[in-house]
Amino acid sequence: MATVSLDNIRKTFSKTEVIHGIDIDIADGEFIVIVGPSGCGKSTLLRMVAGLETVTSGEVRIGGQRVNEREPMDRDIAMVFQNYALYPHMSVFDNMAYGLKIAGRSKAEIAERVAEAAKLLQLEPYLKRRPRELSGGQRQRVAMGRAIVRKPSVFLFDEPLSNLDAKLRVQMRLEIKQLQRRLGVTALYVTHDQVEAMTLADRMIVMNDGRADQIGAPLEVYANPRTRFVAGFIGSPPMNFLDAGLVNEPASEAATLGIRPEHLQITTGEARTGGIVLYTEALGAETLVHVKLPDGAMVTVRQDSTAALPEEGSAVGLTWSDSDQVFF
Amino acid sequence: MTARDPLAAATPPVKSGRTPAPGMVERRGSGYWLTHLGLIIGLLFVFFPIWLAFVASTVSQPEIVRPPMPLLPGDRFFDNYRKALVSGINAPVALMMLNSLIMAMGITLGKIAISLLSAFAIVYFRFPLRRVFFWLIFLTLMLPVEVRIVPTYEVVAGFGMLNSYSGLIFPLIASATATFLFRQFFMTVPDELAEAARVDGARPMRFFWDILLPMSRTNIAALFVILFIYGWNQYLWPLLITTDPSMNTIVMGIKQMFPAGDDTADWPVIMATSILAMIPPVIVVISMQKLFIRGLVDSEK
Ligand SMILES: Nc1ncnc2c1ncn2[C@@H]1O[C@H](COP(=O)(O)OP(=O)(O)OP(=O)(O)O)[C@@H](O)[C@H]1O
Ligand SMILES: [Mg+2]
Repeated sequence: MATVSLDNIRKTFSKTEVIHGIDIDIADGEFIVIVGPSGCGKSTLLRMVAGLETVTSGEVRIGGQRVNEREPMDRDIAMVFQNYALYPHMSVFDNMAYGLKIAGRSKAEIAERVAEAAKLLQLEPYLKRRPRELSGGQRQRVAMGRAIVRKPSVFLFDEPLSNLDAKLRVQMRLEIKQLQRRLGVTALYVTHDQVEAMTLADRMIVMNDGRADQIGAPLEVYANPRTRFVAGFIGSPPMNFLDAGLVNEPASEAATLGIRPEHLQITTGEARTGGIVLYTEALGAETLVHVKLPDGAMVTVRQDSTAALPEEGSAVGLTWSDSDQVFF
Repeated sequence: MTARDPLAAATPPVKSGRTPAPGMVERRGSGYWLTHLGLIIGLLFVFFPIWLAFVASTVSQPEIVRPPMPLLPGDRFFDNYRKALVSGINAPVALMMLNSLIMAMGITLGKIAISLLSAFAIVYFRFPLRRVFFWLIFLTLMLPVEVRIVPTYEVVAGFGMLNSYSGLIFPLIASATATFLFRQFFMTVPDELAEAARVDGARPMRFFWDILLPMSRTNIAALFVILFIYGWNQYLWPLLITTDPSMNTIVMGIKQMFPAGDDTADWPVIMATSILAMIPPVIVVISMQKLFIRGLVDSEK
């Protein structure tokens, strides 16, 4: 229940700058996902918002107030860590209650708020247990519970699901989204998993080496990637890149043409380019056809599994519509 | 079916398949008894002098000096122990035990408190000359009490702490070993835990009390045992700074009981004192055994 603004945020560790100026205004209740490859500075950015890392220059505002100099506890935030960071010697109840205890809340209020959070997260049967007596998913929930009981205005998540197995990850992803909607809390969520980014985000920040390459709604970023990095990072299999000259595109200075695998069609009619089929992967609902172009570039075609499957080694023509191509 | 065939061929029929089992049990059995025999012999070997001391503490003086030495307890148990505890030779053993207890507890608790705090400072805070302090602590490892005993004596004498508990305790409190142990342990505590506490609003000392200290309890227990025995067994330092018999500790007191010149030693009382001196460390070890072993073997995080 607060807006968050980052104003030309930079971070320097000793001499090296790792965040090169990031600006974003986050609306109240918005779910923002920070996504990017390993080492691009996602965690550092999040930790600067949390107050666990000092801001070298720029301004962080939460609810309109500058918070650069405030301790984490005074920023009205709660954070969920990748390894949960539960206090190992405390019961689930005490883990969730610790922040409130320090804040000097009354016993009755603490009990009530913890009970409320435990109910929401279906943790009621486990309140007396120690963290090591819980499964990964349950620990994850306790970490969430610890964040919820404080009733913060901003949730910060640093890869909270990366220690869970694939199935649980999907389930917890849904729960996090529902919880955030229900509580209406602004959320910043770091992940390197683009599926998580696409499904959770109202808007996402695609980071590349300390810069925000693109900020936008997931589908918008998917359809109109601003840089070649974003195009290659978002989407699986990634966007195909073709030499613009090879396909006789007049588009002047742009050297590369990008096209999503699902927008390429194998055609027997008039083709815009062509190549040799190297191999095909049938995935059930869809089939991926890997084609080698004359200049050696590889492209992937994603087609329905009902479509005719070309022979491996055969020559095929490729076509696409102008509206789907992007130039870099 | 076909998948099972190779298995069936490789697995011998049930009867021959079972034969290795008893053989293994038998081999394990003899090894089991052999190791136990070895351990028992070793135990007897170590225990024998203690038994002799105990026997000597229950007989009368003439019986000890007349060969052969008795191997079974005599009937003077209560007399000898009462004499030792109440009057002793220079000072009553009960008083010496109290002195020892105060010194050992003081050293143990002091060492644990100081080393917990210094390890906390070194691991969690960035302050000027942090590295220098770290190496200074490291250096003191190379200076045991015996090496610095003369200057330490000067200092303690200068403060007028001879023949006092503070004189017995304070010079022995600084502990590089314990500091290192806690430093190693603190470094295995994930950073996120400190950060989570910070987000929860815990100031550093609160984090120390609420989280770090409870997490270190097995290490503290292990150190308590080791340091208590270390403190209890201090010999040279108490010998040097306590001239007043009422401040004697029991370990040095035993030596003080040996007569100077050609007086005859009261061996039964001396032996009773030795046996008494062993009791507190044994109690500490036994009562803290569970925590102590956990502290040594697993690092429950
Ligand atoms: N305390 C530090 N001191 C020096 N450099 C650091 C420090 N923390 C992070 N860095 C550097 O800053 C860069 C960004 O790190 P960061 O942890 O933010 O990456 P990330 O995007 O979260 O990666 P991952 O997905 O692997 O968690 C990295 O190059 C890292 O080496
Ligand atoms: Mg990270």
